[in-house]
Amino acid sequence: MSDTYTLYNPTVMDHFMNPRNMGDLRDADGVGEVGAAACGDIMKISLKIRDGKIEDARFKTFGCGSAIASSSMATELIKGRTIEEAMTFSNQEVVNALGGLPPVKIHCSVLAEEALKAALEDYVKRHPELAERAAAAEPVSA
Amino acid sequence: MRQVYLDHQSATPLLPEAFEAMRPYFTEYYGNASSLHQHGLRVRDALKKARQQMAALIHAESEDEIFFTSDGTESANLAIKGVAYANERKGKHLVISATEHPSVVNSVEFLEKQGWTCTRVPVDREGRVDLKGLEAAITPQTVLVALHHVNHDIGTIQPVVEAGKICAKAGVPLYVDCEASAGWLPIDVREFGAALVSFSPHRFYGPKGVGVLYRNKRARIVSILHGGVQEGGRRAGTENIPAIVGAGVAAEVAARELPQWRAHTAVLQKRLWDGLSRDIPFIKLNGPIPGPDRVSTNINISTEFIEGEGQLLLCDLNGIAVASGSSCVSKSLKISHVLSAIGLDHALAQGNLILTLGKDNTEADMDYVVETFVRIVDKLRGMSPMWEEFERGVIDSVIAPRGFGKSFSEHAAAVSGKAAH
Repeated sequence: MSDTYTLYNPTVMDHFMNPRNMGDLRDADGVGEVGAAACGDIMKISLKIRDGKIEDARFKTFGCGSAIASSSMATELIKGRTIEEAMTFSNQEVVNALGGLPPVKIHCSVLAEEALKAALEDYVKRHPELAERAAAAEPVSA
Repeated sequence: MRQVYLDHQSATPLLPEAFEAMRPYFTEYYGNASSLHQHGLRVRDALKKARQQMAALIHAESEDEIFFTSDGTESANLAIKGVAYANERKGKHLVISATEHPSVVNSVEFLEKQGWTCTRVPVDREGRVDLKGLEAAITPQTVLVALHHVNHDIGTIQPVVEAGKICAKAGVPLYVDCEASAGWLPIDVREFGAALVSFSPHRFYGPKGVGVLYRNKRARIVSILHGGVQEGGRRAGTENIPAIVGAGVAAEVAARELPQWRAHTAVLQKRLWDGLSRDIPFIKLNGPIPGPDRVSTNINISTEFIEGEGQLLLCDLNGIAVASGSSCVSKSLKISHVLSAIGLDHALAQGNLILTLGKDNTEADMDYVVETFVRIVDKLRGMSPMWEEFERGVIDSVIAPRGFGKSFSEHAAAVSGKAAH
């Protein structure tokens, strides 16, 4: 409808109303849950990893529309990536893919990046043999 | 789709009779009230009539005690800064409650940067000001006490008559912010013992762009806008005549219809809260239960394990217009200071929604809101890691604790590295 106004752009609204990959993964290989001290939002990302690649990703979010959309988009973007690639994932990718977020909502995309990194860290922790490789890739992510 | 407007605290539709009354003042009677010719004298008459209509609504002794401003914020600024500056030699201390509107709080903060001090009197868990604390806060240097009639967020009705007695005894003027009560509760400035009272007609079906400040002649006040000698020299600037005329009509209608509007919204308020509390587990009403301690137009709820902005967006997509005090809705990322002041858990403040009723809402609207909100809560809880963790027993409910699991706030602090503000 042309006479309907929305708080966010159509892509963000779509990911808020029809979130992709919402839920949990049974027997996840890595789970990350992070909170934003600034606003109180909480995000959880679960990963299924096979042969060094993110095979599947799911999210759950306690937060506003842009936090839900950010986690939905982040899980879409990282599927199929290798652990090394995912380690360099940046919130800016989420912002770009969503077609932009209001300045005050950029921290929602940062939370999605942090939740993904926390899930990867959890995976690496469960696989100490990977720790060295992951540590080498990590500085790039900043 | 059914459209249900539940944000009457922000704005109300203009009454058709107010609109009709305003119309000629845009095109035919366009004179400036300061002009000395026919055009000016005609609108001066209209201005006087509107002043009388405002005075009648709040039982002021004379229309000369009514100033027109641009809105409620300007009225609050004038009341606080105007009285503070006028009484600077007497003292530089102010007393306010902890749950005043931002236009009051921020006016006071502005003065604090210039050497004034202010005591913020706490409120109880339902938002009622501590009268003993208020009395104790007054010092010989106190030049003004500010207390709202009804809280803008949670609908609490304050004991303004008692506060007025305390102020009278101490010889300090009382400013009562009636923004959330005018048109919905009877206001008698003399019964309140108020030196100043402010309200905005756009809260009771008048136009935006006009605010009212009542000032008892005994209260000293100086202008904070400098220019011409409009409004008895207390508020410079050309009067917004069309809006003032419309506001006058709205005040007259409100004075007449108030008992019906109040009774109607009280029925809806009860129906809405009864429905929500019956059909949604882990939901809490903030502020007093519907009845004599709460304005009939306000419902303020916290729904546990989900955040307020998502609720607001989904309500809007279902034709329901509401507000929220969640940090996600605020540009400063802070939860409503009113919810903090009543000691509400941060997690519950995050899940906050404010629904404000009006005369045109119906019982069918309330049933639609309850029905729709049940679906919205289910959808958002399905997406919430907190709901899942509650179901798994990792965290406990604040509203109805089961006695096991961490508190939501403890959990949030653990995963975010530090406590939310």
